[in-house]
Amino acid sequence: MSPNGIRVAFSRFFHRWGPGVGIFVTGSVALWIVLLIVLPQLAMFDASFRFNLPPAEIGGPRDLHTLSNYAALLLDGRGGINWLDLGVLGRTILAAVFVTILDLLLCYPIAFVLAHGTSGGRARLMVLGLIVPFWVNEILRAFAFRIIFGSSGVLNAVGLGLGLWAAPVDFIRQDVALYAGLTYTYLLLMIFPIYNAVEALDRNQIEAARDLGSPWWRVHWRIVIPVAKPGIASGATMVFMLTAGALAAPQILGGPSSLWFTQLIYQWFNEGGNWPRGSAYAVVLLLACILVTLLAMRVFKVRIGEIGR
Amino acid sequence: MSRDVTLEHVTIRFGSHTAVDDAHLTIRSGEFFSFLGPSGCGKTTLLRCVSGFLEPTEGRVLIGGEDMRGVGPNRRPTALIFQNLALFPLMSVAENIAFALEVRGVGRQARRKRAVELLELIALPHVGDKKVYELSGGQRQRVAIARALAAEPQILLLDEPLSALDLKLRQHMRSELRAIQRRVGLTFIYITHDQGEALTMSDRVAVMSEGRIEQVDEPLAVYDHPKTSFVASFVGETNVLPATVTGRDGTDVTLQTDGGLIVQGFAVGRRQYRAGERCQVFVRPEQIKVAPPEPGPNRLAARVLAEEFEGNLRHVSLAVGGSVGGSGGAPAVGALAVGGQPLRMSVVNDGSLPPLQPDAALTVTFDPSVASVLPEGPLARA
Ligand SMILES: Nc1ncnc2c1ncn2[C@@H]1O[C@H](COP(=O)(O)OP(=O)(O)O)[C@@H](O)[C@H]1O
Ligand SMILES: [Mg+2]
Repeated sequence: MSPNGIRVAFSRFFHRWGPGVGIFVTGSVALWIVLLIVLPQLAMFDASFRFNLPPAEIGGPRDLHTLSNYAALLLDGRGGINWLDLGVLGRTILAAVFVTILDLLLCYPIAFVLAHGTSGGRARLMVLGLIVPFWVNEILRAFAFRIIFGSSGVLNAVGLGLGLWAAPVDFIRQDVALYAGLTYTYLLLMIFPIYNAVEALDRNQIEAARDLGSPWWRVHWRIVIPVAKPGIASGATMVFMLTAGALAAPQILGGPSSLWFTQLIYQWFNEGGNWPRGSAYAVVLLLACILVTLLAMRVFKVRIGEIGR
Repeated sequence: MSRDVTLEHVTIRFGSHTAVDDAHLTIRSGEFFSFLGPSGCGKTTLLRCVSGFLEPTEGRVLIGGEDMRGVGPNRRPTALIFQNLALFPLMSVAENIAFALEVRGVGRQARRKRAVELLELIALPHVGDKKVYELSGGQRQRVAIARALAAEPQILLLDEPLSALDLKLRQHMRSELRAIQRRVGLTFIYITHDQGEALTMSDRVAVMSEGRIEQVDEPLAVYDHPKTSFVASFVGETNVLPATVTGRDGTDVTLQTDGGLIVQGFAVGRRQYRAGERCQVFVRPEQIKVAPPEPGPNRLAARVLAEEFEGNLRHVSLAVGGSVGGSGGAPAVGALAVGGQPLRMSVVNDGSLPPLQPDAALTVTFDPSVASVLPEGPLARA
């Protein structure tokens, strides 16, 4: 929206609701954005350029700006590169991309069937079935996944019982539980944007493509997916960002070898007591995520305006 | 090779609702065939069954003698033009037209070339690179036809394709469609609720009511010799006279209308009527003529109720009192005798009939051979 457009929208809003409501709404939105989003992020950004000083020295003569926190992420202090932390960052991003793709593969068919494959009543039931499990809180859900995927868990019991595999498989060590948990956690964030986009598609378009000789895969490729694209873009962005920033699921479901970058950040803030270092790591994660998102948008020719739809 | 479309006792049900009831007919290769009926009578359902989006609940659809059961819409030699056209809004006009070729793996160059040819066929040579929303309604209409033709179907199915256009354009597109059909020589199966479209364009028309096919005939025969009360009342303007049979001589039937008139008509389809049987007599407004006030068959004493002037035609509503020379005489002012409805008469405005004043008395008549006597049945809702 252009600045002029925003001005017009505001003046219309004021005109419609009167100055009282107008000032309250604009004021609280501004307060929300500034106080709860912009200021803390700026403080975090600023902190990332400072030394980790005891409280007494903050604001004192030794409280200077430095790049040392960023350097610590990039270099190992012995003239080499800090492959350990960068590796965790890289793996976290790759894992988030993987989870996003998995969610997309799962959610596109579900969203399509919801929008075009079922009658109203059955679609509502399906939506309910998708939403209700999310009434259970995230931690409990993660532990439930441990119960399913643990070495004496449900999956192993069934697999062993049916003779599909001979010895218990450690799904947690293999990170199967982690990917399943993350994929499941953000399912709805992918389904609903795609559903919204696909639902607007006139069913006759699908039938017309069929009638012109198109096999099913091409109907999706040429007709449905182009319409779903803005939904896919916004769903994928949300799932990717939230997966890369997830903490509880990696904490509970991650195997011993898989460290999530957020766990590093958490360690710096909490156990390390080094807020500036943690802030620097968090800033790098944010920038990396934005970079990947912009790159993906460039590759798939999505404009930023489409995501908002 | 013959590409006849045969419907063999096709019945289509949705739950307990029968949308198409025992449709049984053959559409000949190269024919312009219309299904005509009011909205909701099952036309779209029948068309979807031919195109392969629906399987008949009972009966078979054959194309070129081949049973189409289990053959999907993408593998039938048909192309459907949807009521809302269903052009692809995210593609250019040329991409829309070439879609069927793209599906078959035809190369970009060849696709482009064919799209240009088809755009010329529909007389829109320069719109290939435009988006669909940049076209007018009539242009979209023609692009939809070109897109369907690109699939090289043997049978083109059209679902009320003109209903979204305004009147002028609709009339223009009628002759355009007919011309395209002649040029490409395909079978056109056309469905519409507009009798004007069906009668002007078609080689044959099937009139439908509530899922049943009431009559299949050439347009003139449908109009002149309706076989059921529904067809008589749905196609064209007509006067309906509910009546009871009083006597017959071969196909000539004598009846007494519920208004007490004695009239003569002919039994459609040589049906034999018994005296006392209930039936309906249908006479078209243009078949009613002004006559000298002398006794004779079908001479009715009438009084002018109102006159409507429509340029080439004059429409006169009449109250009818009785048969001239029989009982009655000119009806009282304000009286109606034809089942509560005024009798409608249409006269060509050629100066032969002097201006008519309201309440003027006159004698009208119609030839027994144009008065169709049909068994009592449901009428089309006006
Ligand atoms: N998919 C469907 N499910 C249930 N009923 C339907 C379906 N399609 C059509 N019908 C019903 O069948 C009847 C005929 O519909 P349709 O073929 O669309 O009529 P027309 O095209 O002549 O207006 C209507 O009563 C309609 O409600
Ligand atoms: Mg219809």
